[in-house]
Amino acid sequence: MTENELNPKTPMEDLTIGGNIYTAGNAKEFKTGDWRSTTPKYIPELCKQCGLCFPVCPDDAIPVNKEGKREDFNFDACKGCGVCAKVCPFKAIEME
Amino acid sequence: MGIRERLSGNEAAAIAMKQINPDVVAAFPITPSTEIPQYFSSFVSNGQVDTEFVAVESEHSAMSACIGAQSAGARAMTATSANGLSLMWEMIYIASSLRLPIVMSLVNRAVSGPLNIHNDHSDAMGVRDAGWIMLFSENNQEAYDNLLMAHRIAEHKDVQLPLMVCQDGFITSHSIENIELLEDDIVKKFVGSYKPEHYLLNDKEPIAVGPLDLQAYLFEHKAQQAIAMKNAKKVIKEVSEEFKKISGRKYEFFEKYKLDDAEMVIVCMNSTAGTTKAAVDELRAQGIKAGLLKVRMFRPFPAEEIAEALKNAKAVAILDKADSLNAAGGALYEDVTSGMFINNVNVPTVNYVYGIGGRDTTVADIKSVYKDLEVIAFEQSKQVDGTKIKVENPYRYLGLRTK
Amino acid sequence: MPYNHKEVIANRPSRFTSGHRMCAGCGAPSVARMILRAVKPEDHAVIAGATGCMEVSTFIYPYTSWTDSFIHTAFECAGATLSGAEAAYKAMKRQGKLPEEKNTKFIAFGGDGGTYDIGLQSLSGAMERGHDMVYVCYDNGAYMNTGIQRSSATPKFADTTTTPAGSVVPGKMQPRKDLAKIMVGHHLPYVAQTIALANYKDLYEKSEKAIYTEGACFLNVLAPCPRGWGYNTEDLMQINKLAVDTCYWPLYEVVDGVYKITYKPAKKLPIEEFLRPQKRFKHMFKPGNEWMIEEFQKEVDARWQELLDLEEITNKKD
Repeated sequence: MTENELNPKTPMEDLTIGGNIYTAGNAKEFKTGDWRSTTPKYIPELCKQCGLCFPVCPDDAIPVNKEGKREDFNFDACKGCGVCAKVCPFKAIEME
Repeated sequence: MGIRERLSGNEAAAIAMKQINPDVVAAFPITPSTEIPQYFSSFVSNGQVDTEFVAVESEHSAMSACIGAQSAGARAMTATSANGLSLMWEMIYIASSLRLPIVMSLVNRAVSGPLNIHNDHSDAMGVRDAGWIMLFSENNQEAYDNLLMAHRIAEHKDVQLPLMVCQDGFITSHSIENIELLEDDIVKKFVGSYKPEHYLLNDKEPIAVGPLDLQAYLFEHKAQQAIAMKNAKKVIKEVSEEFKKISGRKYEFFEKYKLDDAEMVIVCMNSTAGTTKAAVDELRAQGIKAGLLKVRMFRPFPAEEIAEALKNAKAVAILDKADSLNAAGGALYEDVTSGMFINNVNVPTVNYVYGIGGRDTTVADIKSVYKDLEVIAFEQSKQVDGTKIKVENPYRYLGLRTK
Repeated sequence: MPYNHKEVIANRPSRFTSGHRMCAGCGAPSVARMILRAVKPEDHAVIAGATGCMEVSTFIYPYTSWTDSFIHTAFECAGATLSGAEAAYKAMKRQGKLPEEKNTKFIAFGGDGGTYDIGLQSLSGAMERGHDMVYVCYDNGAYMNTGIQRSSATPKFADTTTTPAGSVVPGKMQPRKDLAKIMVGHHLPYVAQTIALANYKDLYEKSEKAIYTEGACFLNVLAPCPRGWGYNTEDLMQINKLAVDTCYWPLYEVVDGVYKITYKPAKKLPIEEFLRPQKRFKHMFKPGNEWMIEEFQKEVDARWQELLDLEEITNKKD
């Protein structure tokens, strides 16, 4: 049983001791997208790839490729806070 | 093979730590355990150990640093007393819940207040339900031997719990007595190296320790601790038997001193057992069947085994060197009597709270307890149909001034 | 190599994943992520978290957002806990129990509650002992995790749940503690105050220096809390900018006792600009309460001047 399969029905014998977790970063599998009340819309035509939105996302929901260019939002993670839209100088992110 | 020496209890503990050679020692001075980190830091300064000594700014930080070190993959040790342990209290629970086999030398002293630096067991009793294995030591030899066995017990894969070795402040910690030490290489081989399965410093498998553990999980994690504590009984037995092979010294859950045919029995812990043995010897010389049950392993508590050992007694006194202030009786008394009850051992029992704040307890005091037990046993013997008497005022004081 | 935030983000992996339960728009996660990007990709990190918003939201059993090793013990002892892990590293490395070529960096994160207040002793001890570690305080100016109670980092007059702005007592009556200066008083090799601004250059560069300066280093980072401060969630970066442009949160570093202000606003804005968007200061804008704004401004000006003076004094060459 992997740690991400542990759940409130898992018997005590199968839980890790002390609440330790041995797969660091496994929260990536935990989806927070359903928190959104507003949703950012990425408009690639307006985006100049300035990168100002890359670091501001609290939820690591703006994927950046090896060339340093952003891609569309990871909506499994995005909580819809709107910080990215506010910092975009080119109106390439709209909140809906 | 043994090395004959004359050492105080604190020196004995420090030498055990030197021979164990832990990776990290984090400690803060407090009377009467101060000498342990003092001696130990001289071993560090003189290159006699490989340890990183962390001279923390408080006991809370001492235990926090031990937790950080042990989680990181190191063997971590500390020493403290009384209020030092009180200040650690929060971290004591965290150490056991994170399943870290940290080893502590606890030199028992009265917890404030009012302030008192002398011996009783109120410090240890305050953490008796914290999930630590607790071994008590009658003298310097036992404090040394228990520490040498500590890591083998605490680190065992079926246990993984912290362990404290208790000895009486001043009475044991500062009294110089004969002791037989083991050779360094014998200790090293016996203790072995620490190989945790998961640890923070393993870059190949980063881990996370100490989560927010909500309603769905905390109960199960605590129950895992409870199972580990049960497992510790078997491991303590095995390790003690193995220790006998290298030392010739026999350790069990408790020591039975002239107990097998004893009619009047005292149950106690730590140095008072020595005083009690002297009283037993005097009484035995007079033909009185006195005996002693000295608890070594207080956590896990050998309830069934103690009940079995007491079943043929006619009267039992349980001596508590800490008052529970609960209007019912001391902690050891409650544990022993409830163990007797659930194992159908119905012997009249009485509790004495004694020695608080370093109040001296003499052979004469102990003999007075046996005298009381004789009275109780006599009352019981008058019950021709075997009905058990109710001991009047079973929660008593020994050595207390009253009007 | 000059800082290029696009390259840093593209080439240095995120060590703080999504899936944490911090509030939408919280100022702390992006700060933690950028600080950790300053750890060289080949290095391992052991991170300690003080109990607080960040800890309880990033490691809820069975999920952790930290890709490095992480330990949480209690509220007041991230400093001591991490110092134990660092001591273990030293001892084990010395004995050859760890691979020689691998470096591990030690970083603690605590909120202002766990750092300015309940954890101050543990922090002071760890810093004074000189463990090779960085302690990062993400300062959101109150105990946000338990519901916005005042801390010693809470600015004067702020409305919190234990200093409610009432008809007699107008919010918190004491000015904030200056923790970075307390840390400077420990004579550490590196102390800095920073914030997330635009491309995060200031934050990244100071993090890199702190992490790769040997010894105990301290970073104080302002991390706005939309809930506790009462501003519009999406305005995070604007609030940060106002904090530095009004000199409420000066950016500086102290290297071996020498101060360097790393950002001097071309035009220092009046403090109202920072206060007005935040509900916690709303009562200060009621007619008759002008004195509160004046007093706040005076405090900011005095502290800014003190910093300018310290910079001048500590850089003076004989």
